Amino acid sequence: MDLLKLLAMTGSAIVLIVVIELIRRGRLKEKYALLWLGAGAILLILSASRGLLEYISLAVGIYYPPSFLFLLAFLFLLLITLHFSVVISGLSEKNKKLAQELALLRQQMREHLDQNTKM
Amino acid sequence: MRVLIIIPAYNEEASLPGVIRDIREHFAPAIDILVVNDGSRDQTSRIAKNVGVRVLDLPFNLGIGGAMQAGFQYAAIHRYDIAVQFDGDGQHIASEIPALLQPIIDETVDMVIGSRFLTRGAYQSSACRSFGIWIFSFILSRILGMTVTDSTSGFRAANRDVVAFFSRMYPEDYPEPEALVLLHKAGFRMQEVPVSMRERTGGKSSITALRSVYYMTKVLLAILIDLIKKVR
Repeated sequence: MDLLKLLAMTGSAIVLIVVIELIRRGRLKEKYALLWLGAGAILLILSASRGLLEYISLAVGIYYPPSFLFLLAFLFLLLITLHFSVVISGLSEKNKKLAQELALLRQQMREHLDQNTKM
Repeated sequence: MRVLIIIPAYNEEASLPGVIRDIREHFAPAIDILVVNDGSRDQTSRIAKNVGVRVLDLPFNLGIGGAMQAGFQYAAIHRYDIAVQFDGDGQHIASEIPALLQPIIDETVDMVIGSRFLTRGAYQSSACRSFGIWIFSFILSRILGMTVTDSTSGFRAANRDVVAFFSRMYPEDYPEPEALVLLHKAGFRMQEVPVSMRERTGGKSSITALRSVYYMTKVLLAILIDLIKKVR
């Protein structure tokens, strides 16, 4: 087992362990963890099996197999940041709706209270 | 006809009393006024409540788009026939409001925009800014299939259908020009009417001459995105 392989495997294993631990403690929702788990698993498998990595990278025309790992990691990061942008957009939309709803409710409540005190 | 004047206000304590007085002098009890306090850090909300207008207090600053949308939601809930957007900084003139309402009362259009530029020479602006506004109007007019001279004007009136539409969907980044694109896509009819406006009394315009090119590019991009957006 060469050093690079050991490094790649340790790296992917750490990602998996940290993600699982975060889910276990309730700090990371499963919905957002799937991408991380999937990426960690794929990277772990590919770094463990040199044969599979070489086979796939040669098939797509990459002659230095470890750089295929980097490519994968990069694509994954791209995907997850896009995913985050979508999630954040949804959250800010909900946040806006909540703020508006709150303002409308407050106004209604104030009007009710004013009417009651007048009577 | 029940009309609601919506005044979006962010830190407008200095100009707000004058703006409300101006409106009341012209319409006294016939018109309801709603101030949307967009998370102001000054006394905007208290001042508005003291003079007895309705106030929506947003818990934090949403920006003009989110604030106006809250106002439209209020107008929709309380079944107003017309909602008028009116700036809180003293730029707009209350006596011009009837000109905005008339086309909607006549049911010829769904939305009316008060334009500073329809009457020649009425409004002084820097050469650079005028040029920017001209290019911008040209492109927007092509997209909308109608002549638009003052797309960033925040002095406008909307009928019930537009109010309902806006309370569901209202742009956030550059709401005035973007709203026109969304209305056009949704098939609403719009019209500009000439109005005069005052030079700003308090505060400075958010657009300086140097930044206007950058601003215009961003607005055009936002408009292109609006064009491919699904209208609900």
